[in-house]
Amino acid sequence: MSEQAVEQSSISRIRRAMAGVDLRQNGIFLALIALVVFFAATTPNAASITPDNFSNLVVQNGYILVLAIGMVMIIIAGHIDLSVGSLACLIGAVAGIFVVRPLEQDGWGWLPQMPWWLGIIAAIGVGALVGMWQGFWVAYIGIPAFIVTLAGMLLFRGVALMTLQNTNIGPFDEKFRAIGNGFLDKENALGAAIGMQDINATAMVVTALGILALIWNQFSIRRGRIKYEQPVEPVIWFYSKLVLLSAMIGYVGLQLARANGIPFTLIVLIVLVVVYSTVMKSTTFGRHVYAIGGNLNAAILSGINVRKVNFWLFVNMGALSALSGILITARMNSAVPKAGDGFELDAISSVFIGGAAVTGGVGTVVGSMVGGMIQGVLANGMNLLSVGIDKQMAIKGLILLFAVAFDVWSKKRK
Amino acid sequence: MTNNILEMRSITKTFPGVLALDDVTMSVERGEIHAICGENGAGKSTLMKVLSGVWPHGSYEGDIVFENEVVSFKNIRESEEKGIVIIHQELALSPFMSIAENIFLGNEVKRRGLIDWNETEKEAALLMARVGLKEKPQTRIMDIGVGKQQLVEIAKALSKRVKLLILDEPTAALNDEDSAHLLSLLRHLKGQGITSIMISHKLNEIASIADTTTIIRDGKTIESLDMAGGQIDQERIIKGMVGRDMTHRFPEHESKIGEEILRVENWTAHHPDDKTRVVVDNVSMNVHKGEIVGLAGIMGAGRTEFARSLFGHSWGTNISGTVYMHGKEISVHTIADAIKNGLAYATEDRKRFGLNLIEDIKRNISLASLDDFVKHGLVDDNEEYKVANEYRMSMNIKSPSVLSVVGKLSGGNQQKVVLSKWINVKPEVLILDEPTRGIDVGAKYEIYQIIQRLADEGKGVIVISSELPELLGICDRIYAISEGCITGEVTRDEATPELLMTYMTREKAKI
Repeated sequence: MSEQAVEQSSISRIRRAMAGVDLRQNGIFLALIALVVFFAATTPNAASITPDNFSNLVVQNGYILVLAIGMVMIIIAGHIDLSVGSLACLIGAVAGIFVVRPLEQDGWGWLPQMPWWLGIIAAIGVGALVGMWQGFWVAYIGIPAFIVTLAGMLLFRGVALMTLQNTNIGPFDEKFRAIGNGFLDKENALGAAIGMQDINATAMVVTALGILALIWNQFSIRRGRIKYEQPVEPVIWFYSKLVLLSAMIGYVGLQLARANGIPFTLIVLIVLVVVYSTVMKSTTFGRHVYAIGGNLNAAILSGINVRKVNFWLFVNMGALSALSGILITARMNSAVPKAGDGFELDAISSVFIGGAAVTGGVGTVVGSMVGGMIQGVLANGMNLLSVGIDKQMAIKGLILLFAVAFDVWSKKRK
Repeated sequence: MTNNILEMRSITKTFPGVLALDDVTMSVERGEIHAICGENGAGKSTLMKVLSGVWPHGSYEGDIVFENEVVSFKNIRESEEKGIVIIHQELALSPFMSIAENIFLGNEVKRRGLIDWNETEKEAALLMARVGLKEKPQTRIMDIGVGKQQLVEIAKALSKRVKLLILDEPTAALNDEDSAHLLSLLRHLKGQGITSIMISHKLNEIASIADTTTIIRDGKTIESLDMAGGQIDQERIIKGMVGRDMTHRFPEHESKIGEEILRVENWTAHHPDDKTRVVVDNVSMNVHKGEIVGLAGIMGAGRTEFARSLFGHSWGTNISGTVYMHGKEISVHTIADAIKNGLAYATEDRKRFGLNLIEDIKRNISLASLDDFVKHGLVDDNEEYKVANEYRMSMNIKSPSVLSVVGKLSGGNQQKVVLSKWINVKPEVLILDEPTRGIDVGAKYEIYQIIQRLADEGKGVIVISSELPELLGICDRIYAISEGCITGEVTRDEATPELLMTYMTREKAKI
């Protein structure tokens, strides 16, 4: 075999191997890592990767990421929701009335004060009810979601301001606050018991369990696919990806353990990501959402109850907005009139940076999380570098534009 | 120097894999009404698109001679400047604008850079008077009927100083009164020296109005008939349209027909926008096990409307009638009901209504039967892959894997994906609407084989088609439908193209 032929065959082997790799999804993930490395190198004393900063990153971005989970589903179906920030604010106020109830003089005295957990559940219920209101107009009356939720954005903010009467509600119960501010085993009781005072032992255990679960999950998926003769990623790629992912999770877990432990917000978020990824990938509901966004007419003629799917998408978005509102309120220890201002736009850009298509039918929950983290890391890093808010805004705008432009370009190139 | 306004010489136009026009030659005399007839897909519309510059010069072979001068249009604008205006079947009017605005759209009456509205409305009123349109110039398009909209299109053509007016099925969507008005207007314009080319399926109209009729079949001009003297009747035109060699285009097949599966009685549906317009009129029909039943009709006869109203009321309002499956009445009120009760419908327009083009083959095939893949509440991706792959093999879908995106497949392979999707809901009766539209001959043969295999498996198949040879080649029994009514039913043995074409063009009033 001539040298040239050898070279060609190895090139084609690489090309064939790369065909099994989803470059677009992986590309944005690599962009996030690059960003983290960049700020680690440029911030004074590597301030961006200190244990406390990692902890902050998670807690500060949790409520946007929760919104982005609902938003990506809405956007895949071909809609948009502009009202989530206002709704989060309203639900913060509602939760305040349920749990703290300082407004007896305004006619809320008949409401029994709720324990913190019941208050959270009830507030999420109210969010779902508001979602039903929006879903009704979008799905059953047929008004475009842009209009319905633009109205909702004003309406819910207005109702929130009326409810709050230009004051703040607070302070909240310690346990309520924990969901936004608290950490799993903050006192490191486990560490004390086994003689690990310096580092949060619970966080280490949970991280290890998480890594094991991930590895087990990836292997069982791969085994199933091989059994059914489905194409799988090349072995080397699969292993290096697993090692890289495990190392990253391990690193983040270690950093969190060196701070206060794992934030409750992170636990909530991971549960949501796992549940909603599964919903979108492997339930009929999720598949119907993709089908509706991909070709509405074909979805209708395939027997999909499009109205029902659209309705529940908005109910779900309402519930997740409520949860986001609770996280903000818990973190600030107060329900305030300005809460959630502009969050809808952060959530929407997370989704688009994360690879969703403006025309619908494309997008993933995990992609949106990465998109959200890119924005979060960027903002956090620029703060540490003392970049002014003016420049931060401009850069954020350009990042969104270029991310989507890259997407459009890479699709055209195919 | 001849008296021909237009000569098309040896026009040949190919699309990838399809020879759409094959050495077409025709000439149109100045001041005549020239009808073009042919089956759907014969190449009439392509010919008119070549003429009007939709397909630019260079994308076809041959010469177009207009007013004794070889022309090479790069776009519609250039053909319009010469005085050739085409009015398409789907009207190109903006519904929210007024009649006057529409007439001068893209051709606005301006003075010093601004639109002169007074002049616009005055001119519009004159043009409207010429076409006999009694409305105010300010009336919005959406507030007038289709017949009057057609007149607005003609007025718009007149505003462009039209010499040669091309109308693509101008009366297809019109009622009798509006049709009659339109035809007399064409005669009137002829008196003013405007030449018209009219594509039409309505043979009675052609017989009454055309001076010359050119017949196109399989992309070739068959003949030009001089209509003067009234010697050419409808039968003669039909013979020209359908007469062709039909051997070896269809696989040999002997159906084993069993008991009745589906029976539809007195099915009536109204137009969703115009609730008084009956589009499907008291249709009754049945399908047996193992039988391939044809539904023949020209476009707009109500074939697709019948099928879609039957399939879960997915078209029309005010739908009435009863459906029986194995003698038991079933509900078809929603598409989910229809699927559950054993019906499947593969659309005529797979890109708009059939497929999610940005999704892969696997997920398109599983979409309508997704519940069958659910295990413990979750869709089993592996099982889905396996089933899709089985279809890829058995249907011979040409693609590297079932993970290929459907939008990148050829028409024939897309159609196979649509068929796989509907076969996988395990229906008793499949309705296939124009299953071979836009597909090359080889893939057509394969689709016919698939249809025959389905019948052999004991399913009932309804094939809707405007290609008569196709229906004659594969169907055991054919219903003809015209103006929403079943106008005839023929068995395989008695069916001839002439007989079917007679039924298909029969007017409602005459039955």
